[in-house]
Amino acid sequence: MRRSMLFLPGNNPNMLINGNCLGSDAIIFDLEDAVSPAEKDAARILVRNTMRYMDFRGCEIIVRINSIDTAYWQKDIDEIMPYKPGLVLLPKTGSAADALEADRYMTEVEQKLGLPQNTVGLMPLIETAMGVENAFAIASSTKRVKALFLGAEDLTADLQCKRTKEGREIEYARTRLVVAARAAGVDVYDTPFTDVNDDEGIVTDAQLAKALGFTGKASISPRHVEVINAVFSPTQKEVDYAYEVMDAIELAKSQGKGAIALHGKMIDAPIVTRAQQTIAMAQALGMERGV
Amino acid sequence: MSKVVSSIKEVVQLAGLKDGMTVSFHHHLRNGDFVLNMVMEEIAQQGYKDINVNASSLFDVHVPILEHIKNGVVTGIAADYIAAGVGRAISQGIMEKPVQFRTHGGRPRDIVLGNTPIDVAFIAAPTADTMGNCSGKYGKSACGSLGYAFADAMFAKKVVVITDNLVPYPLQDFSISEDWVDYVVQVDAIGNPKGIVSGTTQITRDPVGLVMASHAAQVIANSGLLKDGFSFQTGAGGASLAAAKFLKDIMLERGIQGSFGLGGITGYMVDMLQAGCFRNLMDVQCFDLKAVESIRTDPRHQEISAMHYASPASRSAVVDSLDVVILGATEIDTDFNVNVHTDSNGYIMGGSGGHSDTAAGAKLSMIIAPMFRARLPIVTDHVTCISTPGKDIDVLVTQGGIAVNPKNVELTANLKAAGLPIVDIHELKEKTERITGTPAKLPKGDRVVAEVISRDGELLDRIYNVPQK
Repeated sequence: MRRSMLFLPGNNPNMLINGNCLGSDAIIFDLEDAVSPAEKDAARILVRNTMRYMDFRGCEIIVRINSIDTAYWQKDIDEIMPYKPGLVLLPKTGSAADALEADRYMTEVEQKLGLPQNTVGLMPLIETAMGVENAFAIASSTKRVKALFLGAEDLTADLQCKRTKEGREIEYARTRLVVAARAAGVDVYDTPFTDVNDDEGIVTDAQLAKALGFTGKASISPRHVEVINAVFSPTQKEVDYAYEVMDAIELAKSQGKGAIALHGKMIDAPIVTRAQQTIAMAQALGMERGV
Repeated sequence: MSKVVSSIKEVVQLAGLKDGMTVSFHHHLRNGDFVLNMVMEEIAQQGYKDINVNASSLFDVHVPILEHIKNGVVTGIAADYIAAGVGRAISQGIMEKPVQFRTHGGRPRDIVLGNTPIDVAFIAAPTADTMGNCSGKYGKSACGSLGYAFADAMFAKKVVVITDNLVPYPLQDFSISEDWVDYVVQVDAIGNPKGIVSGTTQITRDPVGLVMASHAAQVIANSGLLKDGFSFQTGAGGASLAAAKFLKDIMLERGIQGSFGLGGITGYMVDMLQAGCFRNLMDVQCFDLKAVESIRTDPRHQEISAMHYASPASRSAVVDSLDVVILGATEIDTDFNVNVHTDSNGYIMGGSGGHSDTAAGAKLSMIIAPMFRARLPIVTDHVTCISTPGKDIDVLVTQGGIAVNPKNVELTANLKAAGLPIVDIHELKEKTERITGTPAKLPKGDRVVAEVISRDGELLDRIYNVPQK
């Protein structure tokens, strides 16, 4: 379950070691934008040691490495792969070839370490116009790709437009990424909301992302985590409806019926799939069926 | 008849001071206080020696007392709290005779019972009239409550009121009344308003502090104590204030009206009063301008003496009716003993204040502390100094989980059922030490520099000198 993903600067020990106390489902150790070139080595070692010695039970680790047009990305992978992060976030992925290059090197490192192929997943960060246009090809380029991730700050720079709170400028990219990811059968995560003091703006932005079909949303501030988790958690009403769907399906099976209606609506395969997802998430969150 | 004396010099001459006597001070002017230094300077000038200073607290502003110690003017100190400036020198062994630490309840207890007689009490008063009726609510140096000064005023052999706002007799809304006062002295300034109260006290924005505060509020919400009539005390630290804010939201959402907020009062407690979370505030000390304004203008905001606040010798004290208190710690051990006297190097930098009084009285005593500060873990096998015994501490809240004292079986079950992250305190210690490593044991000197006396008058622990390299 990845409702929320919190970026933590890879050069800040206090944030790194407290990362799993801040409530997000995943934390992203950032070796890229948060770290100046002079500190790349130190941050890489700090992140590696944090992963080696810290227990992040209940919180998935993702590492944003440097992009493949830098001299750092392979060193980043060398250092972090032994500690098996859940995902590697690959910045500025513009094409399937970029994803495949990262995949090839990750496979090589996995072989060296004696790890099964695809032990560590890849999450391309789509933050260029080229990346958006190639989104489906990237998402379906290799089995290692588990999700797409929209990065709106760099994207709007590339689009030569202003990043706004309302986000009209990224509407196309958002919907395009959701469609591409879903078509490829992978998850998709929305860009962070960057005004850490706008408590209402984050709610609206997270609700929009959920409505568009995103799996979850990233954050650069711990203050946003709770809101994101709430927006991307099922409501009690949704959980109860999911259980009703599953009851109806069971009943239909026992009666030998092929199709069944609930509250006047036909229950078909997508509705069942959605109900199963909702129940799985509710169980992970410790939510029970209401009465 | 007039009690007004022209100067501190004259009043020191009139008060009948002799070598070996005890003078007392209260600390409502906190780090802005001028009075203790002015009086002690005059006592030194007049050649007195071997004076005992009984102060409810000593702050960094009182560092000049160190010169008087070196010169033999001051040879004994009793206080409830000593900040690092003076504390460090004491830990280095500047005094022959150990400092006596008491609590905010234990100090008036021993004054009332005659265990620590005071010869001359000097009372810094932001406003006083010519016969000594005085108040902390008015004047340029307003500090709000004068709670800690009452026992001194009532039981000292001679009582001197020192003010920078002398008003015509009678001052109507007085705290300490003229029948206890011998002399009144007017000075230019009793303190620096900037150091007396802070403009505002801020809740923390640190994400780790907010996580702890949120856990703390949830512990209270699931303790079974949060219902109509609920009573509460919290400190002025950032995470404690954030916990109060979260608690306020829960109380308003559930429509709970508490009975009283207690303590050192901050603007956040005033907000809770004004929002209807409490019927009253019981105030022994104001921490910020909003609290001072409130005690001056809102009859629901009541000044109380330290005896009424916390003394075990009182027929009853407010702490005995307290439901929940949130407290801090520099260290806590696996038996839940808490240290608030010394820092990580063993130097004195604080004191119990009302810590052990409220912990003993409250139904739920909660410590909020991060798992580690800088690189030092908070949970240890044995605290350097026992300030508050573990039997009086119920819960430790950290960002890495909530440790409940094993004596609280029902509370543990309630908090677990609410889905809160409960951890064994030993596990929490191990978890922290995986990050920080296990610190080396502090070198301990061979000389006792302070005795920690419990609120009931028993010797609780000794603080040793820190060996100097």
